[in-house]
Amino acid sequence: MTAMSAPELFDYDLIRARQNRARLDGQSDDVLLPRVSEEMAERLAGVLRDFDNALDLGTPEPGLSGPLSALPRVNNIRRADRDLLNRDYVLPFAEGSLDLVASALALHWVEDLPGLLLQIRRALKPDGLFTAAVPGGDTLIELREAFSEAEADTAGGVSPRVIPFAGVRDLGSLLQRAGFALPVVDSEKITVRYGDIFGLFRDLRALGATNPLLARSKTPLRRETLARLAEIYQERFSDPDGRLRVTVEIVWMSGWVPHESQQKPLRPGSARHRLADALGTVEIPSGVKPS
Amino acid sequence: MPTVNPPAQIDPKLLEILVCPLTKASLEYDAEKQELISRPAKLAYPIRDGIPIMLPEEARSIEG
Repeated sequence: MTAMSAPELFDYDLIRARQNRARLDGQSDDVLLPRVSEEMAERLAGVLRDFDNALDLGTPEPGLSGPLSALPRVNNIRRADRDLLNRDYVLPFAEGSLDLVASALALHWVEDLPGLLLQIRRALKPDGLFTAAVPGGDTLIELREAFSEAEADTAGGVSPRVIPFAGVRDLGSLLQRAGFALPVVDSEKITVRYGDIFGLFRDLRALGATNPLLARSKTPLRRETLARLAEIYQERFSDPDGRLRVTVEIVWMSGWVPHESQQKPLRPGSARHRLADALGTVEIPSGVKPS
Repeated sequence: MPTVNPPAQIDPKLLEILVCPLTKASLEYDAEKQELISRPAKLAYPIRDGIPIMLPEEARSIEG
């Protein structure tokens, strides 16, 4: 470990085991991934550029190739499957070999996201596009709050129950730091409703998405804590019909590898029109106080 | 799971863009063994059902 390496957060063996089990059970009737993949395809449909070598990075089964293959401009979609669930993952693609890297609901498992973004930028050609949908900071915010209060009330302490999700601003600045041009980040919130807290737990299990944190509490959840959690959730986060609200925030991020054809700000001093003329006013020289 | 199928052919365009994750060197394709060989790393990455597994811990170490 060097001082620069990212902190170790996730138990990747556990995540892989849970995802295998979830895949074998095949119980997931997840609505989130189909919705996000369709939107990914819609967003890409508006981009007027051909992508001859595309990579789907880590999107869970069945991946993005279905919706993306309907786009005439996107060809040869490869898939890097669950290799991302690996602390030392290195993108095995030659420098400047890809036109498009797309990823849905996968990058929240990556501990060293700044490092991965750098690798993605290098693997992309000039004018190549990176686009991803990532669960954002408000995801499961109700569960996070209810869990910590229930634990404080019944177990005399709080343990991490919900992973930290990156915020919109963090993701935007990460794109910039990795050297992407024209970075764009936006976010949407989706509310899913459940009859009770066990319905939410069932779905999280079916997604292989139950608590993967290395720092998670290793003692089983106490019955009192669970009961208190259900109570707090019902009190604070239920609709008039009694169903529970669960927030999922999806952050959309995209950036281009710099290329001379892209729009850039002009150099200072290169303006050809005076601001004062555009405003229909008289320019006051610097150093003179307006009267 | 079918086991008697001939090995799935790997797409030559994919071979052009894949590199060894350890050394970033280009790879040789061994069609018989269904492996991608990185000479500098002395590793052979397996291809399973036509999918290259580009993880050093899954690779077989080979004599230079």
